[in-house]
Amino acid sequence: MTATDSADLVSIPALLARNAREFGDKAAYREKEFGIWQSWTWSEAVEQVEALALGLLTLGAAKGDHIAIAGRNRPYLYWSMLAAQWIGAVPVPIYQDAVGDEISYVLDHCNARFIVAGDQEQVDKILDIKDDLKNLERIIYLDGRGLRKYDHSFLSQFQKLQDIGRSAKDTLGPELAARQSSQNYDDTCVMLYTSGTTGRPKGVVLSNRNVIETSKNSSQFDDLGPNEEVLAYLPMAWVGDYTFSMGQALWTGFCVNCPESPETMMTDLREIGPTYYFAPPRVFENQLTNVMIRMEDASRMKQWMFHKSMAHAKTVGPALLSGLPVSFMDRVKYWLGDKFIYGPLKNTLGMSRVRVGYTAGEAIGPELFDFYRSLGINLKQLYGQTEATVYVTIQPDGEVRADTVGVPAPGVEVRIGDNGEIYYRSPGVFVEYYNNPESTASTKDKDGWVATGDAGFFEETSGHLRIIDRAKDVGKISDGRLFAPKYVENKLKFFPNILEAVVFGNGCDYCTAFINIDLNAVGNWAERNNIAYGGYQELSQHPEVLDMIQTHIEETNLSVADDPMLSGCQIHRFLVLHKELDADDGEMTRTRKVRRRIVEEKFSDLIAGLYDGSERVATTTEVTYEDGRKGSISATLEMRDAATVVAQKIAAE
Amino acid sequence: MFDQPESFVTSDGRTIGGVMMEMKNITLRFGGVVAIQDISFDIREGEIRAIIGPNGAGKSSMLNVISGFYNPQEGEVWYKGERRPSMKPFEVARQGIARTFQNIALFEGMSVLDNVMTGRLNHMKAGILSQAFWYGSAQREETENREVVERVLDFLEIQHIRKTPVSRLPYGLKKRVELARALAADPKILLLDEPMAGMNVEEKEDMSRFILDVNDEFGTTIALIEHDMSVVMDISDRVVVMDYGKKIGDGTPKDVRSNQAVIDAYLGVAHD
Repeated sequence: MTATDSADLVSIPALLARNAREFGDKAAYREKEFGIWQSWTWSEAVEQVEALALGLLTLGAAKGDHIAIAGRNRPYLYWSMLAAQWIGAVPVPIYQDAVGDEISYVLDHCNARFIVAGDQEQVDKILDIKDDLKNLERIIYLDGRGLRKYDHSFLSQFQKLQDIGRSAKDTLGPELAARQSSQNYDDTCVMLYTSGTTGRPKGVVLSNRNVIETSKNSSQFDDLGPNEEVLAYLPMAWVGDYTFSMGQALWTGFCVNCPESPETMMTDLREIGPTYYFAPPRVFENQLTNVMIRMEDASRMKQWMFHKSMAHAKTVGPALLSGLPVSFMDRVKYWLGDKFIYGPLKNTLGMSRVRVGYTAGEAIGPELFDFYRSLGINLKQLYGQTEATVYVTIQPDGEVRADTVGVPAPGVEVRIGDNGEIYYRSPGVFVEYYNNPESTASTKDKDGWVATGDAGFFEETSGHLRIIDRAKDVGKISDGRLFAPKYVENKLKFFPNILEAVVFGNGCDYCTAFINIDLNAVGNWAERNNIAYGGYQELSQHPEVLDMIQTHIEETNLSVADDPMLSGCQIHRFLVLHKELDADDGEMTRTRKVRRRIVEEKFSDLIAGLYDGSERVATTTEVTYEDGRKGSISATLEMRDAATVVAQKIAAE
Repeated sequence: MFDQPESFVTSDGRTIGGVMMEMKNITLRFGGVVAIQDISFDIREGEIRAIIGPNGAGKSSMLNVISGFYNPQEGEVWYKGERRPSMKPFEVARQGIARTFQNIALFEGMSVLDNVMTGRLNHMKAGILSQAFWYGSAQREETENREVVERVLDFLEIQHIRKTPVSRLPYGLKKRVELARALAADPKILLLDEPMAGMNVEEKEDMSRFILDVNDEFGTTIALIEHDMSVVMDISDRVVVMDYGKKIGDGTPKDVRSNQAVIDAYLGVAHD
């Protein structure tokens, strides 16, 4: 059954100990602080983790306790997870930007006794809700800035707790060793809360087996070794970060690098030059937008070189990367382009050394995808879920396309249900939803098959999986044609000017859409075209912006009409929203997926406006600021008609 | 004037020490114009002391007297229990008094890091020759000072603009860089001349937070001039109110708020 190198590698602490033995002097963690990359080898990391684990024992942490972790990616917080696992407790990383009642729900649901908080901001949030949490005993904080005056009967400082732990090593050492040796392959490794596009978050329980088997399989798949470098910048509460920065890092012994602050991420990326890189499409898109904006300010000569080279890269770059035949002259031209344009550009993007890159979470635009691949960056897609410990399907080298998500990952079986829903079964399949047997039963059947909630199909020619939409979002418009909102939304979002789109129309006569403009791209466009605006709201309602969005929508309609199955999804009417959809207002999840039901409820007046033919609708929307205060913004939004293709039953006018 | 003990602990747990600096009967004239007329007040160790007043009240002049930029015609400045002789600004700075300016005075062409490094000037002793060759003590000194500077950048959360030329920064960030430079000097007293002028609410909140954190974390005594009354009332321990060069009020924010002379002169006449 277990194919681990040696039979005793059945827990995360066991992997940590092995790394200290085998790669003792190799860098395990780095963090930029005070302008310098500070690093810790595997043996130093073990010492740090051990000190904290002993410290937690002095606080009385028991086996099976839940220990929450909140903060940005820092080695100390990864060590907190490791320390929790060492003493047989379960780490529960939570989203650092979650607001009070979200955190309150999670901490209450898992009965967390301890929480490790990154800084004052996190501590403040927890102190606010402390009275509701009867089980919370102590906050362990890392950065003490601003906390000097706080009542410390409830707080411990991270390093001080480590010191206490170090001095208790003689007495508690045997207990710590016993805690580790008593762990087996099916003990809980970590609990991760799903972001929950519908309803409350659910605690996904992953076992040592889930995490270690998945890490082993995926590391083999991409030939990951101890010399990889990764940049850990995605939320620690997300299963992807857990798998890459904890699971795979511990399995292979590679180095996890933490940025100095979220704002310096791009600089840190350049300095580290990761060899294994993961980003959601949004990050790739931002990077491309920045490059394009800066190119527009470059000299004519440079612009000419850039466009000329990029055009060539687009024709042959992806083929070269996939190992397809390319003529000698094209290879020479590509080599030249690499010397002058692609190489320096990759360096600017921090991707010179990327050997394996992944994007997932959402569909990526074909143009965007091809841009990176044509530069020679091996960017691939994968499809996954928290419940699967990330991997369901994955693209092997040489079989990479923008519109599919690849073949089943190693060890994963995938089948398509009668209603088109995707099911999978793998060693990574989660144990259960914590304290939620109903949801567990409705998601995972007794044979271990998990329903993804996504609808999709395998392409007959290539055997690759294609995702259409969330299964429950797929519906029909009133004339019976298929309604798949995500399909259209993705097409819309591929326009750099459109940040987010929400399409409505299930059971209606025709489809309509809300659009969010991308302030970066549209703002830059406005600057170049001498369009003055006072803020997001004003820019979003500018007639020329509306014209521009209308052209995008009409182009999309044209391409949607190509697919006979989905031609009913063309957008007849649309509006541009006066505010950005935001997780703080509950309109999106923390991983930035639209919560369709909430948007429908919140903006029901606007949807009504889109269907009753009004030209303008005045509305007031409540907004929540980052510090939790509420305010409201009001606006009058223009509803526009968009041209559609083919004789539609309902005229656009 | 104040029946306060040598040192005491405030309600929020900070220790306010004895008198650190005392201005005694200061009068400052520019030709026939009397900018400051017979003003006395003191600054205690560890406190946040605000100087407020309408335009032209002489607030900035007062700050300039403290920083040694102006020498008053009459009156005495006492610092740490000794009378301070007439001094040049750089001599005052060496005594541990750093300041920021109302109109930002940074080196626009230099990076944030270099600007903040200039704040460490008084802590560098290596000669020009070893500096030029970056040899021996110069090298060691730079490393030490860079460490201090990096801690300040981290503290004020401006690591992301470390290498950015100051000229490319927005106003709010420039103000923060100025504060960083003053803080890098490791001052005993920090003088802030309208640290929040021209900022939006969010930037003001951030800046207030930083000022409180500096005071809390390093125990730095802070004297500041500010127009925004709500800010002053929120963050300062004691307030001096000036009007036409005279002191018309002095005390806790609460005292000052209820002082009739202050209300009339500065906050507007109360309507009951």
